[in-house]
Amino acid sequence: MTKADAVSDATERAGAAGQRRAIDPADELVRLTDVEKLFPVKRGTLLQRTVGAVRAVDGVSFSIARGETLGLVGESGSGKSTLGRLISRLVEPTGGSVVFDGTDISHVSARRMRPLRRDIQMIFQDPYSSLNPRHTIGSIVAAPLRIQGLARRGELRGRVRELLEQVGLNPEHYNRYPNEFSGGQRQRIGIARALATRPKLIIADEPVSALDVSIRAQIINLLDDLRSELGLTFLFIAHDLSMVRHISDRVAVMYLGQIIELADRTSLYEGALHPYSHALLSAVPIPDPASQRRRERIILRDEVPSPLRPPAACRFHPRCWKAQDVCRSEAPPLVEHQPGHLAACHFPEKRSVV
Amino acid sequence: MTDPTDTAEKGDTGGKGDTGDGAPPFLEVRDLRVRFTTDDGVVRAVDGINFSLQRGQTLGIVGESGSGKSVTSLAIMGLHRRGRRVAIDGQILLDGEDLVTAPAARVRELRGRRMAMIFQDPLSSMHPQFTVGEQIVEAYQVHNKVSKAAARNRAAELLELVGIPEPRRRLDDYPHHFSGGMRQRAMIAMALSCDPELLIADEPTTALDVTVQAQILDLMRTLQKEFNSAIIIITHELGVVAEISHDVLVMYAGQVMEHGPVEQVFAAAEHPYTWGLLQSITRLDHQLETRLHTIPGTPPSLINVPPGCPFHPRCAYRDVAGPATGTVRPELALTGPGHRVACHLPVAERRRLFREKVTPTL
Repeated sequence: MTKADAVSDATERAGAAGQRRAIDPADELVRLTDVEKLFPVKRGTLLQRTVGAVRAVDGVSFSIARGETLGLVGESGSGKSTLGRLISRLVEPTGGSVVFDGTDISHVSARRMRPLRRDIQMIFQDPYSSLNPRHTIGSIVAAPLRIQGLARRGELRGRVRELLEQVGLNPEHYNRYPNEFSGGQRQRIGIARALATRPKLIIADEPVSALDVSIRAQIINLLDDLRSELGLTFLFIAHDLSMVRHISDRVAVMYLGQIIELADRTSLYEGALHPYSHALLSAVPIPDPASQRRRERIILRDEVPSPLRPPAACRFHPRCWKAQDVCRSEAPPLVEHQPGHLAACHFPEKRSVV
Repeated sequence: MTDPTDTAEKGDTGGKGDTGDGAPPFLEVRDLRVRFTTDDGVVRAVDGINFSLQRGQTLGIVGESGSGKSVTSLAIMGLHRRGRRVAIDGQILLDGEDLVTAPAARVRELRGRRMAMIFQDPLSSMHPQFTVGEQIVEAYQVHNKVSKAAARNRAAELLELVGIPEPRRRLDDYPHHFSGGMRQRAMIAMALSCDPELLIADEPTTALDVTVQAQILDLMRTLQKEFNSAIIIITHELGVVAEISHDVLVMYAGQVMEHGPVEQVFAAAEHPYTWGLLQSITRLDHQLETRLHTIPGTPPSLINVPPGCPFHPRCAYRDVAGPATGTVRPELALTGPGHRVACHLPVAERRRLFREKVTPTL
């Protein structure tokens, strides 16, 4: 492909994404409004008193459209996993609202949440600790069906075999235990379990980070196929920015509990606006020594501040090379700078760093 | 079948490590074999590898889990407990001195003084009950007859060198007080305490965030310039290799598949396994609209390594390579300056396949 082709192709795709940007309420599967999760920090052994709170997620608003894959990237401690758990209601928000498929699930009880659980499933990072070693894979994959009462006893076995086949496992291995499978195969078991209840939304939290390079590609392709076959909606949480580029339609970047940029993948990777996105993208090494040496690198100094006492106003200002007085006094809102491209920065600047 | 030792005896150990001007390489590994005896059989973790490395150069070793990359580095550091269950053969020449036959006490003396290692997980490789300062001081005093105060000064200098703010105060912190990136810096400081000439870093940035990874790689590069040390970096991340290495060594099932200057191997890879690795990664710099290429199957058990080319059961071109691929182990042969490849495919065919089949998919 020539450079000109690539550009026009990119614009076309950006255009297509642009049309999707104003998500029609009927198309909205998940809507987050000012979602906040504070974890209290306690001191003392006997008489515990709250001395502060970790602001893990702090004022996050966005939507996920039906059939869309939204990538969520950020570094450790950015709150991306907590956000995933808020959407699946494994944790309860301390503020704001989470609406799933038209129902406000922010504070529903565990009992009322149970029927909704079949629509929201998770795939976890570690295929070694997320499967019970004492259960056969047949019973692991069947568990959601049994708990949700989705299959009669007679049908259960057939459905599980179908699921195993769907994720590329041998259905004859129904009676084997997790330790008989490799990491990649275990992740397939975890995916089969997530698919069992025919969910609408799958939250995948670092689903391939623990796998070897060649196995990673197999799992990514599997997720890709399932997504198009079953019309699934994905929230794909990962720190691997190149993986996220491959699989996502849109990408949200988190820093210290907040979304600082949200755009379709081409706009984000080819023209990010927020300086933190620039730093993050430029830090990812490219497997091409020639272009790697030509590339401009932004090396951030210092570390991510503690979410216990996040910096005032713009949270990135202490590490930002563009920071002015306004960044220290006023928090920049997440606003649309180009169609479908949102950023929270007082001095946004389109820049390509990859 | 060509015995791999032939190549070693020719002194042809590839990469830029082999300058060809007659200067002996600083580190030379010749036909290294590491075998573990287990209840299930003999694990051939490293099976006849050769390479060399000069001062001031960085070698990246890539491969998947079980390819033998960590076992190789532990062998160089003399960290395998030799005995009934572990057998090490071949030669590891550090500045001409063979570490395989050297007594344990001699290797211990060299370790720390002339060579040092950085591990993936600094939290489990530092003692939780001693302060960071105590651990660096101890490491320094083992090899240097200096007072505690002098060693402490040296420790503070080192922490400052690796970019830890307020180094004097941080000396009295315990490892758990440090963040992941800071711990990795402290670990590098400890490894540098005796100015090692050879530094082995085993997945030094795998547990770290990308922005911290960029800081650590930057630090390693700066320190290499300052001390002219030889560095071996073990990683499964091709991007890290492209960024920091001069040479790259691709391992599979305990054997070397491809070895050469990093620009050469990335721009004109000749081994189908290297192609598979390059094809199966997602790219930050462009969007793939198609499915990712995958390498079918999984890496073999090191107890039952396939005969012939160990990669042949997963190789897409095994039919092109002919029947020898399943019976004869291919020789690691020179195909360009410092570029060695172990593959039965004819050289012209490999180059054609890379150009026509592989390049368009990257």
